[in-house]
Amino acid sequence: MRHARTWVLVGWFIALLFCARVIVQTTFVADLSAFMPKMPTARQQLLVDQLRDGFITRLVMVGIEGGDATQRAQLSQQLAQALRKAPDFLAVQNGDAATRDRDQAYMFGNRYLLSPAVTPERFTAGGLRQAIGESLSALSGNAGMALKQLLPRDPTAETLAILEQFAGESQPATQAGAWASRDGQRAILLLQTRADGADLDAQSAAIEHVRQAFDAIPGRTAATRLVMSGAGVFSVASRARVEHEVMRLGLAGMVLVIALLLPVYRSVGLLLLGLLPVLTGALVGITAVSLGFGQVHGLTLGFGTTLIGEAVDYSIYTFIQHGGGHGSSGFWRTIRLGVMTSVAGFGALLFSGFPGLSQLGLYSISGLVAAALVTRYVLPLLMPAQLRLRDLSGVGRWNRGSSAWAAMRGCCCCCWPAPSPWSRGTTTRSGIASCPRSAPSPARSRSWTPRCEATSARWTCATSPASRRPTSSRRCVAPKRPARSCAASSRVASWAASIRRRPPSPAWTRNAAGRRPCRASRTCAPPSTRRWPACRSVPRNWRGSSPTRRRRDSGRP
Amino acid sequence: VANHRFPFLRLLAAAGALVAMTSAARAQDLQLPELMRLLAVQKSARATFVERKSIGLLDKPVDSSGELSFTAPDRLEKRTLSPRPESLVLEGDRLTIETQARKLTISLQSHPEAAAFVESIRGTLAGDLGALEKFYAPELSGRVERWTLQLVPRQPEMLKIVTRIRFEGSQSAVHLIVFEQADGDRSEMQIKPVAVP
Repeated sequence: MRHARTWVLVGWFIALLFCARVIVQTTFVADLSAFMPKMPTARQQLLVDQLRDGFITRLVMVGIEGGDATQRAQLSQQLAQALRKAPDFLAVQNGDAATRDRDQAYMFGNRYLLSPAVTPERFTAGGLRQAIGESLSALSGNAGMALKQLLPRDPTAETLAILEQFAGESQPATQAGAWASRDGQRAILLLQTRADGADLDAQSAAIEHVRQAFDAIPGRTAATRLVMSGAGVFSVASRARVEHEVMRLGLAGMVLVIALLLPVYRSVGLLLLGLLPVLTGALVGITAVSLGFGQVHGLTLGFGTTLIGEAVDYSIYTFIQHGGGHGSSGFWRTIRLGVMTSVAGFGALLFSGFPGLSQLGLYSISGLVAAALVTRYVLPLLMPAQLRLRDLSGVGRWNRGSSAWAAMRGCCCCCWPAPSPWSRGTTTRSGIASCPRSAPSPARSRSWTPRCEATSARWTCATSPASRRPTSSRRCVAPKRPARSCAASSRVASWAASIRRRPPSPAWTRNAAGRRPCRASRTCAPPSTRRWPACRSVPRNWRGSSPTRRRRDSGRP
Repeated sequence: VANHRFPFLRLLAAAGALVAMTSAARAQDLQLPELMRLLAVQKSARATFVERKSIGLLDKPVDSSGELSFTAPDRLEKRTLSPRPESLVLEGDRLTIETQARKLTISLQSHPEAAAFVESIRGTLAGDLGALEKFYAPELSGRVERWTLQLVPRQPEMLKIVTRIRFEGSQSAVHLIVFEQADGDRSEMQIKPVAVP
């Protein structure tokens, strides 16, 4: 037995090491191409390529604000000069004359290679006559005096044919020799990064580089400042925000979970132990995706880990079961069924046409199976022989006297959004605050009432026994509340939750004595176990929706 | 003695007459502010034009013709009808050039050379001396019935392209605009006013 235990632990440890080794060499990607079709059409492929490394995704727009136009233009020139030396950027443009002249010289030098008008026919006698004739008649136009310089060297006007392809309807405004925004309040530079738009680390580095270069400009006045925009800038900013949010919310979630589990487990070690299945599952999931797909998408990681988060429950069940000293055969059968249904569900994802979804399927399946196996075989070996778990079933009574809980409930009651008839009596876990306080208008009651009856324990809506009256006579009747209305005992709440899962039975509404009939053994377990509220816990003063009571309450809002 | 005195008187008389004549001639000479006031009065005008460009590279001049219209304070339109249709509209700071193939809008603020070029015509037609003097040194000669306004660019960059712009006109009407280019080429635009309906 001891031998077997050692082998299981060693096997688990080796598996973890293997996973770690694979994960270290794994590439994590974040671009959306994984969520594009696996077999793209030419058009889709073009889109994907453009999304990944198209000009727009590599474009960083830089603005310099503050100061006067001359200062801004000078800063623009200095910044451009600094950035042109940097390897991060393929092109730095700010509309300066030197670059413009160089570009024009390049176009002119290569006019016969680049011109769309160059065809074999163009260089026949007829073609040349026509082309030169056009050039001559262009001289009569407004631009004639400028074009005449071009005529001797480019009689067929190929340079113009090239430029016409690029020329838009308008051109960027220029101030003091540098591009400026339309309102003239900002100098503009356009940068093209060398890295793909999807390479957020490189984009982030490039953006940082621009900032540093701007800060390092000598003699810059404090009034001037740098602003940036572009796909890469957005991506980097949104990633930073997402990371921040994830960190914050994750921390809050963790604190809440620990605050909940620690009082129950009464041991930090056990708490950490409970995380082992999920952690192992995540590692195995990443490894499987990495081996299967060659890379792991960030979204797979995010969503997948959420999906296999249910494995946390496996360890909780195990601890509770173990702590309760119950036999485990039936328990494992339940877990196994749960894992199998999840695997079957996620299995469908494997056959998706989108690689990202397939990754998600593989990640979830392998992660869940690994987590279940660790729960089944590793966790029992690491658990202390005796667990001193706090009895959860006493929570209701326990918290009734606890001022902290009362305060929290008070908060819940106050902070919950004001209920409206439109909310259709959506029940919250407390079953109290969200139920409509005022009776819905007759016009709406038809759609509202059945739902309310089915989901809320506090409002019982039924057709009056005189029964087949018009719809407007249907009423919603509130059962009388226990004395502490807002901070009502959670036993009522949990009991309400338990009956909510069951459809209302005719016997139940007919029960004039106000006692709920004990029928399902699951909800009415023997009082000793206290895992579910016993029938006795029904408030004494609750009378159900007897006809008499309904008549009496009919005027009640 | 009398003989001795008369030549002096005659000289005096001649001098007086000369002074009188000179001052009379000066009274007839048009002054620049006066011309500008005269031009500024006209709020809108339409005309046809014939433009002849003499380009050294070509053995004969290139002609074009079309319509001009001006609406004070700052809208100038030159619509070329032949040999190929083209329109040039200057409105405020925006210069729009439209040919059959494309349309291009540029901001004069961004293109100082273009601004100098078009401001010579618009400034003259609008009677805006400030705008003219910003780019040119104006020089006026002639009388109100027939005056000549010469503009010499102030900016060295502009001087490399255009050495002189000459306007000829009578009263508040401009009849001729001549651009003399640095390379010896010139363009002459004959303008015939059209009565505004």
